[in-house]
Amino acid sequence: MASDGGQQHRSSKRGGASQEEPETAVSEELTERKERLDEDVDAILDEIDDVLEENAEDFVRSFVQKGGQ
Amino acid sequence: MLERRLSAMSVRRVMGTEVEYGISVQGQPTANPMLASTQVVNAWANADLRARRARWDFEEESPLRDARGFEMSRDTADSTLLTDEDLGLANVILTNGARLYVDHAHPEYSTPEVTGPRAAVLWDKAGELVMQRAAALASQMPKSPDILLYKNNVDNKGASYGAHENYLMDRSTPFGEIVQHLVPFFVTRQVVCGAGRVGRRQDGSESGFQISQRADYFEVEVGLETTLKRPIINTRDEPHADPAKHRRLHVIIGDANLAEVSTFLKLGSTSLVLRMIEDGALPLDLTLERPVRELRDVSYDSSLRHLLTLRDGRKMTAVQVQWEYLEHARKHVERTHGSDVDAETAEVLERWASVLDRLEADPMQLRGELDWVAKLSLLEQYRDRDGLSWDNAKLQLVDLQYADIRPAKGLYHRLVRLGRMQRLVDDDAVASAVTDPPADTRAYFRGRCLAQYPDRVAAASWDSVIFDLPGRESLQRIPTLDPVRGTREHVGGLLDACDTAEQLFAALTRQ
Repeated sequence: MASDGGQQHRSSKRGGASQEEPETAVSEELTERKERLDEDVDAILDEIDDVLEENAEDFVRSFVQKGGQ
Repeated sequence: MLERRLSAMSVRRVMGTEVEYGISVQGQPTANPMLASTQVVNAWANADLRARRARWDFEEESPLRDARGFEMSRDTADSTLLTDEDLGLANVILTNGARLYVDHAHPEYSTPEVTGPRAAVLWDKAGELVMQRAAALASQMPKSPDILLYKNNVDNKGASYGAHENYLMDRSTPFGEIVQHLVPFFVTRQVVCGAGRVGRRQDGSESGFQISQRADYFEVEVGLETTLKRPIINTRDEPHADPAKHRRLHVIIGDANLAEVSTFLKLGSTSLVLRMIEDGALPLDLTLERPVRELRDVSYDSSLRHLLTLRDGRKMTAVQVQWEYLEHARKHVERTHGSDVDAETAEVLERWASVLDRLEADPMQLRGELDWVAKLSLLEQYRDRDGLSWDNAKLQLVDLQYADIRPAKGLYHRLVRLGRMQRLVDDDAVASAVTDPPADTRAYFRGRCLAQYPDRVAAASWDSVIFDLPGRESLQRIPTLDPVRGTREHVGGLLDACDTAEQLFAALTRQ
């Protein structure tokens, strides 16, 4: 049954990225980074907008499958 | 030698995947999916002359045999379980050793047997290419509308279809231990290999994102069924190998993955956990209080903060449960191999740790590696830009179209083309894997026989190749019961030397 031979309950992250942002982070740099990310996101969405099926509602509704395994 | 190598503490073992693809006929929502699936499979068969003749040999199939030691009566079995009845549905064997066929109302591709997660990724990807080409061929037939295929598992109206994994295991491992250790592993591994889904409940009646496609469709912990009352651990016991030595663990809980890292880790981490179970090297008890319920709760929480309750009262996140398995795997590898571990096992351990680390720090860092994160990231971008709520049809469309296997339309493919998804195999290797079998399993023998003697192979299956030889009235069956015999090393030279199937058969039966 539930004898775990001294397993420790793991409580927190290990080795993950530090969450602390340096207080003095240059805000310009952050803004720039954010803008770059936004542009990036726009670029992906533009690409995807191009290929997304036209009528989302109809398309999704008509995707009906028979069950399988 | 291969036996020994395969049985060391390693990710390497005989394994494979089988994926049922979602299918729709453009502009015809009421089209018969069984017919459309048959058209897809037949289109491939007709284009590939070598695949045309050989039929599937059902002799060794026993889908009603249960790993717990009994057999279900055929009368009480749901007809969908009777997978060994040849209904005349399309069914071809490919020169790469794979099987392409119609299962229920879906086209399905089963990879050839491979011996590691990288090869599994490669031949699983080859399956996508086979399906892509087969659907394109079917759509070219006169008056045929486009047939669209999706590598996903749900329609959001209540239906689900599978993406299974198979692992060859040591028969002597008690099934109870497999169940004990695999249930917590399977409930939590979705944080690594979930494919992501827009919609909750089987019929999608509740809006929202969830990590796994399949979580809502599992209702019991252990069982034989695969089409209803689906169990977390499936007990189908059809080893396709010597039943005294092996069992084939048939895993039905996984999602169909497009991301190569997801597939790699799904197969790699599962294989390692199985090895620890076989070696009796898992001195931990992570038994969950309510596994079926937890499966859903983990899936519904993309923040990964949900705490699972263990039977001993501990509470852990899914990532923490995964860490427990990973740390034991590391220790076991260290204990048995030191640093002398094979490269593929080292890669699984490294990637698994890196993924768990980042899942704890910020899951979005994995948008270029894991399906559910890639999908969620796209969805969140749409929500931000267009102010969409989770019940918006556009988000459901993004979910569905992510899995469209056409390179021009599929969103996963778009992300790959934009350089956003990490690849583990290259396009040339995938293209070769469509025709070439893996060299290190019996799939090599099967595939080469089909490539070399297409007119003489009457049927084949995982554990046999059946020849129809001139001058002989009955068919001649060559059993291939051992999955790691019939390799290139074993029969490559023989096949090179035999121009005809008659010569091969004579050489094989001379002893």
